[in-house]
Amino acid sequence: MKKTSNRQVWFNIAVIAAAYVLVTILLKGNLLNRQYTSLLVPIAVNIMLAVSLNLVTGFLGELTLGHAGFMSIGAYTGALISLNLGKTEVLPAPAAFALALLCGGLMAAVFGFLIGVPVLRLRGDYLAIVTLAFGEIIKSVINSMEITNGARGLSKIPLYSNYTNYTVVFFLMVLTVLAVTNLMKSRDGRAIMAIRDNDIAAESIGIKISHFKVKAFVIAAFFAGVAGVIYAHNVGLLKPGTFDYNKSIEILVIVVLGGMGSIRGSIIAAIILTVLPELLRGTDNLRMLLYAIVLIAMMIFNNSKIKEGLMMNRTFRKLGRKEA
Amino acid sequence: MLTSIMEQLINGLRTGSIYALIALGYTMVYGIAKMINFAHGDIIMVGAYTLYIGIALLHLPVLPAMLLTAVVCSVLGMLIEKIAYKPLRKAPPLAVLITAIGMSYFLQSVALLIFSSTPIPFKSVIEVEGIQVGTVNISGITIVTLAVTTVIMVGLTLFINRTKAGSAMRAVSEDRGAAELMGINVNRTISMTFAIGSALAAVAGILYICQYQSLRPTLGALPGIKAFVAAVLGGIGSVPGAMLGGIMLGLIESLSKAYISTELADAIVFGVLVVVLLVRPSGLLGKKKLVKV
Amino acid sequence: MALLEVKNLGISFGGLKAVDEFNITIEEGQLYGLIGPNGAGKTTVFNLLTGVYRPTLGTITLDGKNLVGKGPAEICKCGVARTFQNIRLFGKMTVLDNVKTALHNQVKYSEAVCFFHGPVYKKKEQEMTDMAMDVLKVFGLDGYGETLASNLPYGQQRKLEIARALATNPKLLLLDEPAAGMNPNETAELMDTIRLIREKYHITILLIEHDMKLVAGICEYLTVLNFGTELASGTPAEVLNDPKVITAYLGE
Repeated sequence: MKKTSNRQVWFNIAVIAAAYVLVTILLKGNLLNRQYTSLLVPIAVNIMLAVSLNLVTGFLGELTLGHAGFMSIGAYTGALISLNLGKTEVLPAPAAFALALLCGGLMAAVFGFLIGVPVLRLRGDYLAIVTLAFGEIIKSVINSMEITNGARGLSKIPLYSNYTNYTVVFFLMVLTVLAVTNLMKSRDGRAIMAIRDNDIAAESIGIKISHFKVKAFVIAAFFAGVAGVIYAHNVGLLKPGTFDYNKSIEILVIVVLGGMGSIRGSIIAAIILTVLPELLRGTDNLRMLLYAIVLIAMMIFNNSKIKEGLMMNRTFRKLGRKEA
Repeated sequence: MLTSIMEQLINGLRTGSIYALIALGYTMVYGIAKMINFAHGDIIMVGAYTLYIGIALLHLPVLPAMLLTAVVCSVLGMLIEKIAYKPLRKAPPLAVLITAIGMSYFLQSVALLIFSSTPIPFKSVIEVEGIQVGTVNISGITIVTLAVTTVIMVGLTLFINRTKAGSAMRAVSEDRGAAELMGINVNRTISMTFAIGSALAAVAGILYICQYQSLRPTLGALPGIKAFVAAVLGGIGSVPGAMLGGIMLGLIESLSKAYISTELADAIVFGVLVVVLLVRPSGLLGKKKLVKV
Repeated sequence: MALLEVKNLGISFGGLKAVDEFNITIEEGQLYGLIGPNGAGKTTVFNLLTGVYRPTLGTITLDGKNLVGKGPAEICKCGVARTFQNIRLFGKMTVLDNVKTALHNQVKYSEAVCFFHGPVYKKKEQEMTDMAMDVLKVFGLDGYGETLASNLPYGQQRKLEIARALATNPKLLLLDEPAAGMNPNETAELMDTIRLIREKYHITILLIEHDMKLVAGICEYLTVLNFGTELASGTPAEVLNDPKVITAYLGE
């Protein structure tokens, strides 16, 4: 029992180190053209977004369609801090970025709390639609506020987290993934999954449902906010339209394709779905179609007899257990 | 001042009637299939494009083009149910919801591939003279919209309450298993519900496009979501609730656009949804459900 | 003092009195049976006791503490655990994790430990695993620790549900038709286990059963419920010979 968990830890460390070395070699050896270099940070951002959404949708079992809203709150908060403190050299760049990350995450978490508490009374379809509504409200409020520069958006945000600073971005991504993975293997994580599997039973063994639902919302919002800060300091400009319903769906597609409740799946799917559109360049419209088909096909497949048949098969059952 | 308020109210009533038509589709499908058909809003878009094809490309007269629109949307609605939702009848609600979102995305992206994202201008096919009541102007399209909606609502209420097919629908929505045991063909009833809902969306699409006169692949998304808000506001699953919710939402939207802020009008509409769900989760006319332990 | 005292308990759903003027007193260590025909309101009583429903009338006291108005999670912390008629396991979690989840309020560590693990995490988790395995052993489920709960055979799912309830360290354990769907052999075995856990964990058990013979064999005291009200109470021998009870079960 103990041995396997130790081996798992070493394996994870080896994978993380290998990934870091690979990225370093690719970058320092100039093995990537500009197009692919520019994908490195978006991959990390998407991994963070997908892993955090997975916490709510895969582990807690509630669909939220406003994840891009949390991302935008983080992005705008972080960008405003960098523009007002970092760029004017009130603070040195690393300190400004650290502050931006922290405040972006916290601000998103505060909104996660504000949204999480009232929507606790809702579930399923209603919750999904209310989170969608919140996402749109956030968008239109940002759009009409002066400090966010309305529809014109913010520009000339210092590029603290573009590919030249990939070490920082990589570190933050690993931190996010580890935090969520560890959380799910802990007391709180079990409570969250128990609520997903059977909320009435979870309550009957002394788990406060509202507490853990809000907690999951807040944690997910925090990491989405941090991802937003990284996004803002990679592209350098923000427009409210970027964080619409379609962005939320894009993150959802990653989670669904990777498998709900599978962090490893989310990571792999995030890499594939960030690189793939780049490979199919110029076919942006096809990408949307592909997303749509992925969503429908995955759902029908997951609930079909074919999957049941595969699960009955011994080798697949073993694989399935490992995943869990 | 009074004239302006009256005009805003009439505007609100017109938009509200369109929302009500769409909301009816959401509510009927929810009542029968216990799912939110996210793709419902995009049926409006398909309806609008079909009308455009009928009139501008096939040069059909107005009425046959409208009929074509209704038929295409009904068939599409039934097909969507058969292909995407029927295999998931026993699946967890989350899976059904995600499939419906996927379906909505699918319709939008197919439209995007065929027609591209550049808006296509479209001239209204409804040519009715407006009238003047005192100082208030009522446009032709408003009159037509209100008339059509009223007729449909009365017709639908009669259909649901007075016909055999209508009572089958009510039975299935009450208890699917029991209805099946009573010899009601559940599959056919569900198909019929999707067909009727989609036909209503087609009508809404025609009225909507004659109002806004521009075609985009995403044109159904916003009225779709707002109509959903209307359905929830009225109490999802309740037919009179959808009508009430639609009209109310139209009025709220029109008044906030005129007197608060155009930019924030959408936020206000969604804010209303959130408040309603928190204060009265089952909506104004909805029934409360007890979870059995 | 009695462990559980219920007085004048009542609840109505839209005018229908599902439970009315229900009284029960359970002494510590008792194995008490609640029986009655289908639809008599037995499960509703459980739902009232565990806070799933809020009573419209009456009082519930456990060890002198009032339970009315508390939520299910709080009532569990007060020492009442239950199983469900239609099994409610955490299907996508392993058998071991099902039980470890129930240790939620007994072995605790901070949020920081949840995120970053470390030595405290290791120690506490090991403690939880050991405790959970002990409970699983009682039910002969210790070999299934890593199996997903939904993949267990039916009889073992029922046992796991009891194990999970036990892990919350209750004073009072409510079992809702624990033998439903089991064959006679499995039932007999389960009844033995129920006796065993009462001795081993020093708990009081209230169990719902349908099958009178079965209850008579194991319970020391019975209450018969019919149409939401108490029809008779007493030792199995007294109750089973009560003409009112016979009428309720067999009809006139």
